[in-house]
Amino acid sequence: MKKKDENISAMCKPTIGEAGRTGDWRDLRPVIDHSKCTPFVKKKAACYLCWLYCPEAVVKAGIPVEIDLEYCKGCGICAEECPSRAISMVREDKCND
Amino acid sequence: MPQNLFKIHEKEYVLPGTRACQGCGLSIAYRFALKALREDTIVTLPACCLCVLHGLYPLTPVLVPSVNNTFASTAASASGIAAGLAALNRTETTVVAFAGDGGTFDMGLQALSGAAERGTDFIYVAYDNEGYMNTGTQRSSATPLGALTTTTPVLTKQQHKKDFLKIMEAHQIPYIATTTPAYPIDLYDKFVRAKRIKGTRFIHIHTPCPPGWQYPTKDTIRIGRLAVDTGLCVLFEVENGKFRFTGRSRTLAEKGNKLPVVHYVERQGRFKKMSIEQLRQLQDWVDDRWEEYKKKAAESK
Amino acid sequence: MTDARIITGNQAAALAARLCDVQVIAAYPITPQSQLAEMLSLYVESGQLRAEYVRVEGEHSAMTVCIGASTVGARVFTATSSNGLLYMHEQLHWAAGSRLPIVMCCVNRGVGAPWSIFNDQQDSLSQRDTGWIQIYCRDNQEILDTIIQAYRIAETVYAPVMVCYDGFVLSHTMMPVISPPPAAVRKFLPAYKPHTILDANNPMTINSVLLPNRRPDSEGVVCDGYMEMRYKLQNALDRSPETIREVNRQYAEAFGRDHGGMLWTHRTEDADVILTSMGSLAAEATVAADALREEGIKAGVVGIRVFRPFPEKQEVVEAYRNAKAIILFEKSISYGYEGGLCSDLKAAFYGSDIRAVIHDYVAGLGGRDVKSRELVEAVKSSLARIAAGERELKTTWLNCHTE
Repeated sequence: MKKKDENISAMCKPTIGEAGRTGDWRDLRPVIDHSKCTPFVKKKAACYLCWLYCPEAVVKAGIPVEIDLEYCKGCGICAEECPSRAISMVREDKCND
Repeated sequence: MPQNLFKIHEKEYVLPGTRACQGCGLSIAYRFALKALREDTIVTLPACCLCVLHGLYPLTPVLVPSVNNTFASTAASASGIAAGLAALNRTETTVVAFAGDGGTFDMGLQALSGAAERGTDFIYVAYDNEGYMNTGTQRSSATPLGALTTTTPVLTKQQHKKDFLKIMEAHQIPYIATTTPAYPIDLYDKFVRAKRIKGTRFIHIHTPCPPGWQYPTKDTIRIGRLAVDTGLCVLFEVENGKFRFTGRSRTLAEKGNKLPVVHYVERQGRFKKMSIEQLRQLQDWVDDRWEEYKKKAAESK
Repeated sequence: MTDARIITGNQAAALAARLCDVQVIAAYPITPQSQLAEMLSLYVESGQLRAEYVRVEGEHSAMTVCIGASTVGARVFTATSSNGLLYMHEQLHWAAGSRLPIVMCCVNRGVGAPWSIFNDQQDSLSQRDTGWIQIYCRDNQEILDTIIQAYRIAETVYAPVMVCYDGFVLSHTMMPVISPPPAAVRKFLPAYKPHTILDANNPMTINSVLLPNRRPDSEGVVCDGYMEMRYKLQNALDRSPETIREVNRQYAEAFGRDHGGMLWTHRTEDADVILTSMGSLAAEATVAADALREEGIKAGVVGIRVFRPFPEKQEVVEAYRNAKAIILFEKSISYGYEGGLCSDLKAAFYGSDIRAVIHDYVAGLGGRDVKSRELVEAVKSSLARIAAGERELKTTWLNCHTE
């Protein structure tokens, strides 16, 4: 049987990507140069200011640091705040993938 | 995790892919506020940017139970939730009201004053992006002098920002704090502290807004830090009437190296029509308040 | 032993709220409701009622507190009058849109400007389209009984209920009222089961933005757009007469008092002329009808008990079946047209074989006294005009010096 909306008032369930794949909003993509990125260089959990300041919680604070490009909106805060300048914002049309 | 980040609760309560703008200061603030508050929390919010962040039916990115209500009613909604929880013996749940400056300084003032006077057991958060940003950057009583908004499009705002923290101080509530997403750990610590206190707690978050303030999205943290460095946003806590500077503002107060406000103003498009006279007035306003705060800090020692 | 008391309408309402074990009360004082807010404070502070009483700073917040507490799952109560009700207007919509079973007393009073503290029904009538069920009471016993019924109705259909009674005429007039045994009320009124979920293990955001069109959830179930959600509220109110009648029937069975479900009748079987009103004025109309019968005029009364949802067409047509003339007395006016009840009644007759002449009187605004003999005279004057061949009678302001 086809399931129906049984709610009588608007109750919303949590989901990832509520606004869709917000990575599509991006003009500039954060690209990490791991040779400059502190956790990767030191091979230990350190710095992670990109994780701290990310408005979207799309930075994974691991070794190496990863950014979820599916949802990253490309604001550029991580690149701006990176103390070792390991992240550069690259135009999406210049990214080869 | 490095030492200072290690203590931060790992779980994210806002899932990626929200409707908030790129580089949104509120998104950062909300992220760390919810990390500090954790699961056993009920949020109530009015129509505002946060309502947009909470998403469209039937979905939401937020992993904390939340109740929308009308614009003027945020604190009353929290009062009702708190009263309902008390009646049902669920007093361990933290009730948090989250509203913008319009919903706090302007339209929600009566309900907030009432709830604070009654000593309602809740945290009221004013995320202050200094205007009606959700409706397209109109002037609010929190908009600073000299700022362009869509309802002060030619002459800029002619009045200073309402000193709302004084209004809250007059309510003699147990905890008042100011913070900013530019210092997420300061913000996190203040929510952790507020959660432990009973009664009405008020947290003001100076919240940079790239589209409303007209600066590049990458600069949200920088603008937030400049607001602190210039004394436009002063980080402090008032606990049971005792005032103390915190974090970067404490350092500035000790070293006396506060920057001129022009450093903050010049980076934002909203101030592009600000006159020299307005700039001087803004500087005087900031300096006067800074002296007031220093006096309070000295008196509280 | 029967617990009979001589109490005011406000005291009857407070007693009813206590019997219903309300858990959260939020109220702001306004004449003529104030005594009700005071009584409840006394109950709570003296430990006769275990409830949270939020002494709010205004009526907008009173309704908001009720909304918040009801969403969490508490049974809530509030009361107001006049401009207080109007100040709540935004939240009345929000309460109904949230489908919360809030029960509120509206102690009917005239609306400013200019100020009046006295009774009419302009306040609640002007809140017609907020999605609230509205029930009008004739006397203090009916106030008490209706509030108990109101919680059963509200918690069954998930819609808020406004229990309306006339300011001063009932609120401040002492009458004998039987207080039912608390255990029997508890049996009649099971605990409130909320439909809203505020659970850390199942976190939901309630009352977000709805789009014009439907939208699928993460499991692919296509969920409501704004219109579907609105339709659900309309459907709930549309179907509520069945519940209202059934609750009234069960109440009569349990407590021996039947106030009519959606409407009630008085000597209508053979009536040529039927008087119609709501609230205490409808009770006054029964006295007038009896007096008219003594003068040889076959008069009866249809009292509209529930104004929203409006009684169903079939029931309305049946109630007025044999009437040749229908005379309405309304304590409100839809400016620029006629009394709101009159319009609704005419609409209910559309397409039926009722051909009675209808004459609408606006009466008793701002507390102007309406005596039964004035109703008698009004009916006789209407009948004389009808006998003289008039079919279209313009709304008349009763006992109002219009020249």
